[in-house]
Amino acid sequence: MASMPDMSEHATRAARWRPAEIVFWLALLACGFLFPSRYLIMTEILRLGLFALSLDLILGYAGIVSLGHAAFFGVGAYSAGLIALHGFIPEPVLALIAAGLIAAVLGFFTSFLVIRGVDLTRLMVTLGIALLLEALAEKFSDITGGTDGLQGIVIQPIFGLFAFDIFGKVGFFYNLAVLFVLFLLARCIVHSPFGLSLRAIRNNPLRASAIGIPVNRRLIAIYTLAAFYAGVAGAVFTQTTALASLDVFSFERSADLMLVLVLGGTGYLYGGLIGAVVFKVLQDVFSSITPQYWMFWIGLVFVVVVMIGRERLHRWVMWLPHRVVQQFGRKASAAVSGGDAS
Amino acid sequence: MPDLLAIDNLRAGYGQAVVLPEMTLGLVEGQVLALLGRNGTGKTTLINSIVGVTRRFSGSIRLGGKDITALRPDQRARAGIGWVPQERNIFRSLTVEENMTAVAQPGPWTVDKVYEMFPRLEERRRNFGNQLSGGEQQMLAIGRALTLNPQVLLLDEPTEGLAPIIVEELLAALGKITRAGGICSIVVEQNAQKILGLADRVVILERGAIVHDAPSQALKADPATLERFLGVSGGAAEH
Repeated sequence: MASMPDMSEHATRAARWRPAEIVFWLALLACGFLFPSRYLIMTEILRLGLFALSLDLILGYAGIVSLGHAAFFGVGAYSAGLIALHGFIPEPVLALIAAGLIAAVLGFFTSFLVIRGVDLTRLMVTLGIALLLEALAEKFSDITGGTDGLQGIVIQPIFGLFAFDIFGKVGFFYNLAVLFVLFLLARCIVHSPFGLSLRAIRNNPLRASAIGIPVNRRLIAIYTLAAFYAGVAGAVFTQTTALASLDVFSFERSADLMLVLVLGGTGYLYGGLIGAVVFKVLQDVFSSITPQYWMFWIGLVFVVVVMIGRERLHRWVMWLPHRVVQQFGRKASAAVSGGDAS
Repeated sequence: MPDLLAIDNLRAGYGQAVVLPEMTLGLVEGQVLALLGRNGTGKTTLINSIVGVTRRFSGSIRLGGKDITALRPDQRARAGIGWVPQERNIFRSLTVEENMTAVAQPGPWTVDKVYEMFPRLEERRRNFGNQLSGGEQQMLAIGRALTLNPQVLLLDEPTEGLAPIIVEELLAALGKITRAGGICSIVVEQNAQKILGLADRVVILERGAIVHDAPSQALKADPATLERFLGVSGGAAEH
């Protein structure tokens, strides 16, 4: 066991927080106080960010492509809805975890189908599973409410203390807290030897296996975990909107998620969050400028982004924070030297 | 002393092709075996069969008395087969350090021990796998195999394509590693002269079969045999 302390030390060094990251999270928190009239869209952004984080775990770290990630979002959403509707678990946070676990169970069993085969097979299998679940949800309308969705969901106050309000303030901070906790967990995981081995698998599965990485078991584990994340994202959706309808399984939801990650970039965890902000803001701006043709502009932006190189997008977004940090550093040193002169 | 690695009647190859018709070979602990032979005689296939990435038709492989024939490559690696493949197989998008911590298993060989052995790697610890020279990649491949803390170290042409000065450095390091004990190793090499000083025993392959098996001291004193199987000095004494 002699090597364990030295390994965890290496891992911690790699996982050290950078100033830009702290600025990013503080900015998210500040938004909650600066824009009280925009809680609904900001909550949507956080939820999409969490959902995209889930896809990033399998796409960015393990190289598993999916066009049906909404399957887990939907299962999480319906689970949370049914749990609340029938009062199985009144407390929302526990219900959230339960819904995530249900999605994880589905993820575990479907992972065996997904880890076989190449990218194209995976796209088709994941897409198929999501379509299948959507059809099932429509068929068993006595449980799911069919095309009407689950009606009359009432979410109890969080920890019995914070009731959801109509302005979405509690919903926003609830979302932010869930996102932050799950982000921290994901951050620990991707910097652990487990996370590194995933990236090794993404580089080349055969090589990874020959140096001692159990490829299939790792892929099953990360796929199950990603399903948990997506399930939690779906559950948060139901809890903050008090709604679960068939569109939680929709193909558009899975496809949008891919676009979000394309915008933000994969494999560094912030891609999904930054992508979600850009995606939703673009959608909001374009649809207010041209309510009919906003899809055209969104499409155009995607083509341009992919042509320019999406890897660099996060650098554009981080440009301002970096500048602020630089300026701040310079000012601080200028202040010190100024103090000496006077 | 019982064999640490015992290959028994192994028949292996790729697809329908049999490359090794019937291989039997044993290695004791601490032994350094040089695997020689011309191109295409099955040296790499033998290494790959021990790793488990070829097709096995029959026969068995035992490691420390345990049958590992049925194990997958990743299970064999964790059971103690450390592989340094010919093409080095560095993970491009991981840093030097991450390449090692991704697979490390507890034991005497830690990442810091590897840095002691190859100080260049420590200087390059933050560099990504695709930012390394050939020699550095080779050092990393060896370091990564060591952090698995293997019982058997398989090195497939470790000096291929490297500058002579790097080759010296690597061979010196390999000498230290094998003398540190607990490990037996098989080194595939095209150039017999380079490896005779390091190895205790030399096995020469021809058409997938062992045609010569002798202590390396004996072979050093017997240039005619080297000549016959490897044609090292121009093939004048072919018959």
